[in-house]
Amino acid sequence: MKILVPVKRVVDYNVKVRVKADGTGVDIANVKMSMNPFDEIAIEEAVRLKEAGIATEVVAVSAGLANCQETLRTAMALGADRSILIETDAELQPLAVAKLLKAVCVKEQPQVVLCGKQAIDDDANQTGQMLAALMNWPQATFASKVMVAGGKATVTREIDGGLETIEIGLPAVVTTDLRLNEPRYATLPNIMKAKKKPLETLTPAALGVDVAPRLKALKMAEPPKRAGGVLVKDVAELIAKLKNEAKVI
Amino acid sequence: MSILVIAEHNNSSIKAATLNTVTAAAKIGGEIHLLVAGSGCAVVADSATKIAGVSRVLLADAAHYADQSPENIAALVVAHAPAYSHVLAAATTIGKNLMPRIAALLDVAQISEIVAVESPDTFVRPIYAGNVLATVQSSDPVKAITVRTTAFEAAGDGGSATLETLAASADQGQSKLISSELTQSARPELSAAKTIVSGGRGMGSGENYHKLLEPLADKLGAALGASRAAVDAGFVPNDFQVGQTGKIVAPQLYIAIGISGAIQHLAGMKDSRYIVAINKDAESPIFQVADYGLVGDLFELVPALTAALD
Ligand SMILES: Cc1cc2nc3c(=O)[nH]c(=O)nc-3n(C[C@H](O)[C@H](O)[C@H](O)COP(=O)(O)OP(=O)(O)OC[C@H]3O[C@@H](n4cnc5c(N)ncnc54)[C@H](O)[C@@H]3O)c2cc1C
Ligand SMILES: Nc1ncnc2c1ncn2[C@@H]1O[C@H](COP(=O)(O)O)[C@@H](O)[C@H]1O
Repeated sequence: MKILVPVKRVVDYNVKVRVKADGTGVDIANVKMSMNPFDEIAIEEAVRLKEAGIATEVVAVSAGLANCQETLRTAMALGADRSILIETDAELQPLAVAKLLKAVCVKEQPQVVLCGKQAIDDDANQTGQMLAALMNWPQATFASKVMVAGGKATVTREIDGGLETIEIGLPAVVTTDLRLNEPRYATLPNIMKAKKKPLETLTPAALGVDVAPRLKALKMAEPPKRAGGVLVKDVAELIAKLKNEAKVI
Repeated sequence: MSILVIAEHNNSSIKAATLNTVTAAAKIGGEIHLLVAGSGCAVVADSATKIAGVSRVLLADAAHYADQSPENIAALVVAHAPAYSHVLAAATTIGKNLMPRIAALLDVAQISEIVAVESPDTFVRPIYAGNVLATVQSSDPVKAITVRTTAFEAAGDGGSATLETLAASADQGQSKLISSELTQSARPELSAAKTIVSGGRGMGSGENYHKLLEPLADKLGAALGASRAAVDAGFVPNDFQVGQTGKIVAPQLYIAIGISGAIQHLAGMKDSRYIVAINKDAESPIFQVADYGLVGDLFELVPALTAALD
């Protein structure tokens, strides 16, 4: 059984981004980039399924600039067997990514696609569900536990009220939530080994996919700052403020 | 121009998030139709006819809609969506699961978690954990949108919509609900609460969390929340998590206790009206957003606060 893991290169989660002065975009020149944290969890889960003898191959795929290669090398250092870069300098929105991934799925025929639930830059939370729709496959989003056996996946999902467990037939798309697992660190020998693993490069044109954006960003702005920073000296002062100033208790 | 709002419900009552979504639809303008898809959910559709601003309630009642599986609901919505200019759902776990599936089947983009409507084709949405607000314009024929409920008031009642029945779409048979473990609580729901008491890693244990925060929440009539660290450590269940990847809340009063204030946590609560922080580290970033900060040991301050509230 083959597992496909889409991984996105994003601004590292520790970086607080700034909007460009002219409001046309976000300034990401010279900021630290990393693999989207949810995708690290997806790679980890896929690799564990392989280690458990359930999956036979883990293929990482990333769409974007040439430097997504670094992200794919990281995925391979974490245990992916090979990877595919869909190289483009076009702005990619989730629907376009889903179409690219569909083309890859048609080619690779995976049984499971393990996506992150959301990319921490666009916070869209769309791509996995869109891919499932385009493939007419079932989907299990926000997974905190995944079991694969007998052509089915049993997935525990984190939902607003708590947890639910669903059973879906394969092939299917599963998207990861934070508590699915704790990703391992890449060891130096594995980083070295990853350099020799196969990395194939494709393009949207070669896959026959139109990636033109559907949404136009008119403006980017920083939200108003909270005043904040006021300290009270004790519990009595806090209560007085909440009663008389804020009037919330 | 008419707008289809997908109602969220549990086959017996409508979820509050739907009311906020109706208000977002009203801001776009045009006739508002509300889809109630479920099983044995006629009572939900009936009560929905009274939501102010809704002109038609569409009821699709079939066994295979009982669990709100995105495969089945998307098939239903897609059959009707081309008649609408916009399809809206709340950005809850149900809406987030469903709407992208609808959008992809319609070959349109989705606009996630809008916080403002600028015009019928232009919306504001947060990106980068709420550190940036993007204004985006869509040229798609149908605009598929999820709505951040805290950014819109709840629609009132007093409406008198007509009720129509829709034929069910075929069962896709792709997904089966095996079990669910829903957190039972007599407290207000986190995403709609007026006051929230939230605890982080600083609580030290689940036992401390409950021992210290429950009496405080009881006195304030508050909901309980948590940071990711507190959930990961097993102090409380996952549905307590506030933040970029948990729940987005905006109560009148948010009390953050033993929470450092990581960007991802702030993303979920910084639109609260008043923020109180209790933390022993005066350098914690939570104090930069707190209206009232109290520096000190939570194990002394929380019981003192609880005792002083009467
Ligand atoms: C992709 C991604 C998504 C994330 N999503 C979320 C999310 O949705 N929500 C979220 O919360 N986090 C999220 N996080 C995690 C986030 O980055 C932080 O790690 C987390 O919020 C920290 O939780 P905390 O403040 O409870 O713990 P810590 O940062 O460890 O802070 C504990 C605080 O308690 C204080 N403290 C300790 N003891 C006492 C005492 N006795 N009295 C008073 N104060 C005390 C300390 O001074 C400290 O400030 C996410 C991270 C990633 C990578
Ligand atoms: N450019 C991309 N390349 C590869 N995978 C992606 C890309 N964009 C999104 N994804 C996948 O889709 C998930 C959800 O992203 P999003 O819908 O943008 O929030 C991510 O966690 C990735 O698994």
